[in-house]
Amino acid sequence: MALLEIKGLKAYYGQIEALHGFDLELEEGEITAVLGANGAGKTTTLRAICGMVKAGGAITVEGENVVGMSTESIVAKHKIAHVPEGRGTFVRVSTEENLRLGAFTRRDREIEKDYERVYHYFPRLKERRSQQAGTLSGGEQQMLAVGRALMLRPKIMLLDEPSFGLAPIITEELFDILGQINKEEGVAMLVVEQNANLALAISKNAYLLETGNVAMMGPADQIMNDEQVRKSYLGY
Amino acid sequence: MDLFIEQTVSGLATGAIYACLALAVVMIYQAIDHFNFAQGEMAMFSTYIAWYLMDDAGLGLPFWVAFVACIVLSFIGGAAIERIVFAPISDAPVLSHIIVFIALFSMFNSLAGFLFDFTPKNFETPFGHTPFIDGVISSHRVGMIAVTLILLGLIYAFFRFTPIGLAMRAAAASPESARLVGVRVGFMLALGWGLAASVGAVAGMLIAPITFLTPDMMLGTLLYGFAGAVVGGLTSPLGAVIGGFMVGILENWMGTFVVGSQLKLTVALVLIIVVLLVKPAGLLGRVVVKRV
Repeated sequence: MALLEIKGLKAYYGQIEALHGFDLELEEGEITAVLGANGAGKTTTLRAICGMVKAGGAITVEGENVVGMSTESIVAKHKIAHVPEGRGTFVRVSTEENLRLGAFTRRDREIEKDYERVYHYFPRLKERRSQQAGTLSGGEQQMLAVGRALMLRPKIMLLDEPSFGLAPIITEELFDILGQINKEEGVAMLVVEQNANLALAISKNAYLLETGNVAMMGPADQIMNDEQVRKSYLGY
Repeated sequence: MDLFIEQTVSGLATGAIYACLALAVVMIYQAIDHFNFAQGEMAMFSTYIAWYLMDDAGLGLPFWVAFVACIVLSFIGGAAIERIVFAPISDAPVLSHIIVFIALFSMFNSLAGFLFDFTPKNFETPFGHTPFIDGVISSHRVGMIAVTLILLGLIYAFFRFTPIGLAMRAAAASPESARLVGVRVGFMLALGWGLAASVGAVAGMLIAPITFLTPDMMLGTLLYGFAGAVVGGLTSPLGAVIGGFMVGILENWMGTFVVGSQLKLTVALVLIIVVLLVKPAGLLGRVVVKRV
């Protein structure tokens, strides 16, 4: 059984149905990309998984259906770290306090040690540790958002447009590190991304969403070579 | 010159009270973006509870026992008000909040009069009313300043150094992100209301020996507290505290040397208007830009 299993997922904003009942799976320790145009339902899918939009169908994490559970409980119980679109860092507190907040639900004694783990992946955050997060550059804030997610010691990371607003060189660096984190920490990742090339390069499987439904799914390299996908989403 | 020093020092003492109320108002403002108009009446009601706990007509407890018990009860009361009254209307428009604040205001005011009658009561002080420095400051006012500084220090340490304090700041600043790291935002809001009510209770218990205990004792005081909060900046707890002290001193200077004691309260209102017109962000506040 997959770590994360979605069956017949529907999601609603008020009366409007945004997702029309599709299936999606994420295996333990794997990266899966979720691609699609604006408004296809990528962000909504991630938000549904951690209980931030009203959802129907079944979202099973480690065998438990989390539909209807509060966001806080899903995060605490199933170790799902969501890196939201636009990063969602706490701008008025320091870098290190942001990391501390990432570990808020943990009660073990290894939190101190995990700061160093984050700094190992993102050395620049260490230089900025006592700086207010709002004064960090866009790239540093994105790294902080990923670092904060790591502080949960997550089983699953949900990444929403990690490349958003970043310079291409920073984006590539970030995706390298994401791949490294996946290998070394064994964290499964569901990556929503406009930059399909980058996302497919580190993913094992990929889903293509179109207006609230899955239009195509399969191994990432197959999706990458599909003529229609290439024309519509990869631009060559 | 003596009069100037005396007025300045006693301004610091009342300023301590305004600082507490300003802090309480700002703590709630940061979390829910509204001014709690009932903060003063909540503090007044807390003070009546303290009076009941320590007076011989009530339970007759020693002052400091009643002091701590009152803080705890106020905390529970404040948190309960958030859970019962404000949590259900958190998405409601500004006007709904204002009406609930006004309702709470008059409920606490009437309830205090109904339970404890309207005649002014003496409120004990553990510091006594003897002169501390002759002609400058009394022992009670020294106590007011000392207790306030200890309280403010504790609150600062709580928000700065404890994980719960950090989570409360995060929950107030960005509730959605806070949920995503597993912070129970509703719980944190209730804690914030409880803390604010406790801070208000301390302010009430410190000022009551000077003003006497009546259901209307906090009317003027809350206005000065609002003025302090506005001067310091509604988005800055530290600014609110500094603003509170400044308003206390300014009130005394203006009352003694400029406008006379009849118009003292007007000073607070003029100050609020001037600050809002000239520098709406206050001394230490940041300019808030809203996406519309």
